[in-house]
Formats: sequence, structure tokens, C-alpha cells
Amino acid sequence: MTENRRIFTTVLRLLALAATVSATIVMVTSHDSTNVLNLTFKAKYNHSPAFTYFVIVEAIVSGYNLIILLLSSKGSLWRMVIILDVVAALLLTSSMSAALAIAQVGKKGNTHAGWLPICGQVSRFCKHVTGALVAGILAAMFYFMLNLFTLYNVLNPLFMVKPN
Amino acid sequence: MALENGQKPEDKAELAAVTKPTDWTIVVLRVVAFFATVTATVVMASNKETKSLVVAPPISVTLTAKFQHNPANVYFVIANGIASLHNVFMIVVHFFGDKFKDKGLQLVMVAVLDMMIVALVSSGDGAATFMAELGKKGNSHARWNKICDKFEKYCDRGGGAIISSYIGLLFLLVITVLSIIKLLKRN
Repeated sequence: MTENRRIFTTVLRLLALAATVSATIVMVTSHDSTNVLNLTFKAKYNHSPAFTYFVIVEAIVSGYNLIILLLSSKGSLWRMVIILDVVAALLLTSSMSAALAIAQVGKKGNTHAGWLPICGQVSRFCKHVTGALVAGILAAMFYFMLNLFTLYNVLNPLFMVKPN
Repeated sequence: MALENGQKPEDKAELAAVTKPTDWTIVVLRVVAFFATVTATVVMASNKETKSLVVAPPISVTLTAKFQHNPANVYFVIANGIASLHNVFMIVVHFFGDKFKDKGLQLVMVAVLDMMIVALVSSGDGAATFMAELGKKGNSHARWNKICDKFEKYCDRGGGAIISSYIGLLFLLVITVLSIIKLLKRN
């Protein structure tokens, strides 16, 4: 019984790791430039602090996840891991929502503030960023499921030996 | 369950009720978090500034900056509103939750809900922070002009709401960690 739970936890962590790593990579490799009426319109992820924050957070969480997967012991650290998982979920949701907000302004603009949408000019960049955001949302979801599963395990202890 | 000699059931219940300490730490933290999130909601929801600009001498244009103009701010208000309700609900549960039979399930629900609210508030904060930063500095690459030089009061109030929400988020995180520790201790 406990083996199944451990396998499920590891699988969830691997999925979350894959999602965060792909989000980082996709966002970092997003750039596009267009020539409109002699003006070069360049778009790169580090032009916006929200996207930079997104990349940093996803990278940190990927690293953290990798370390946890490699350590993966039932030592005394697992309580710390639960709390750090909550902090990681918090960081992931915050970065994802920040990038989503800025991307929404980029796609639809904001007439009240006089901000024009840019997705018309740099559509490849927009698609790239959308892909990164989807990966970010998936990462947050997997992390959330991981947290819920961990809490559920704490109620029915993970290391309880089933009497035969 | 058999009673010990001479001991009445009412005595046992009374003894249990008197000797169980109320966990004041978490309640105080929740109250502070509640005030922080309510402040954030109210300050951001009442964020409005009107300014008249004279375009050409006889013509003046009235510009308004409302929080609804920005969907990230709307989400911020909703997230903090839900967090305030959650805090109230948790305080009520704390005081009147002894009637709940399954203590383990109650602790898990509290921990899970706390975690979800932390995620919600953090996402609201993140979006509003970066929107405010965009309004303050603009983005030269995307040709988005800053708006804070014209609407100073609006930006200040928005900034205050966001700071208050971060304080609430910090307290909520501490509460979540304490709830999880409570859950771990039970086992």
C-alpha cells in the first residue's frame, strides 16, 4: 500500500518537474522581431519583468523538485518538504498569474490606459508565451495535486505498517 | 465505555472542557490576516481618481482611473474578498468546531482550505503587483506608457492595497504552516 503511494507521489513530482522545466525553457526561447514601416519591433521575454519573474520562479521550483526527487528518502526531512511544497505552490501560482496578467494586456491591450495590444505584430512571440503559460498552469496544478495528496497521506500515515 | 467508580459523566465532560486550552496563537494570527485582507479589498475597491486635463484652452478632457479598468485589479479584489470570508469562517470554526465529530477530517479540511486560499491570494498579489509596476514604469519595448505620473493618488492607493495584501499573505502562510504542523502532530 505504501509502495503505491510512494510511486504515485514520485510520478506527480516527475510530472511537475517536467512541466516547470518546459515552462522555463519555452519562455526563455521566446523571442520575435518584426519590421513594421521601417521600425523594428523586437519582443523578448526579458522585456517584461513579469516574464523574467516567471522564468526565475519556474527555474527555482524545477531545481527544488529535482533535489527532492534525488534525495527521496523517508528521513526526518519529509516534514520540511511538506512545508516547502506549500511555499513552492505559492510561488508557482503567483508567477503564473503575474505572467498571465501581462500576457492578457499584450493580447487585448487596455484602452483605459492607452496600451495597445502587441500580439498583432509579434504573433510568434505571443504563441510561444501562451505555450509557456500553459506549461506553468499545468505545473501549478500538478503541484497542487501533490500537496493535496501529501496532506491526505499525513492523515493516513504513509509509513504505517499494515497488520497482516 | 465503563465509568470509573463514582465518577459521573458530567464531571468528565466538564473537566475536559476546562482543561482544553484555546489555541490563541492561531486565532490572533487569523484576526490579523483578516484585517489585512479586508483592508486590501476595501482600499483597492474604492480606488478611483478623476483628473481633468486641458488639451487645448477651451477643451478639457476628464480622465478617470478606476480599479475596474484593469482585470488584474478586479481579480485582486475578488481574491482578497474570498480570503477575508475564509478568515471569518475559520475563526468561527475554531470557536464552534468542537461539535464536529471527526477531528482528523476537520484538521485536514482546515489545512487544505488554508493552502488553497494561500494560492489564491498569492496569485491575486502577483498579478496586481506586476500590473502596478507596469503602470509605474511603463514598458518601452511594447510602447506602453506609464500612467502613475498622471494618476498619483490612484497608484499610491493601489500600492497600499497590494502591501496590505502581502502582509495578509504572510500571515496566511504562517497559519497554513501551523495548521499543517497541527495535522502532523496529531499522528
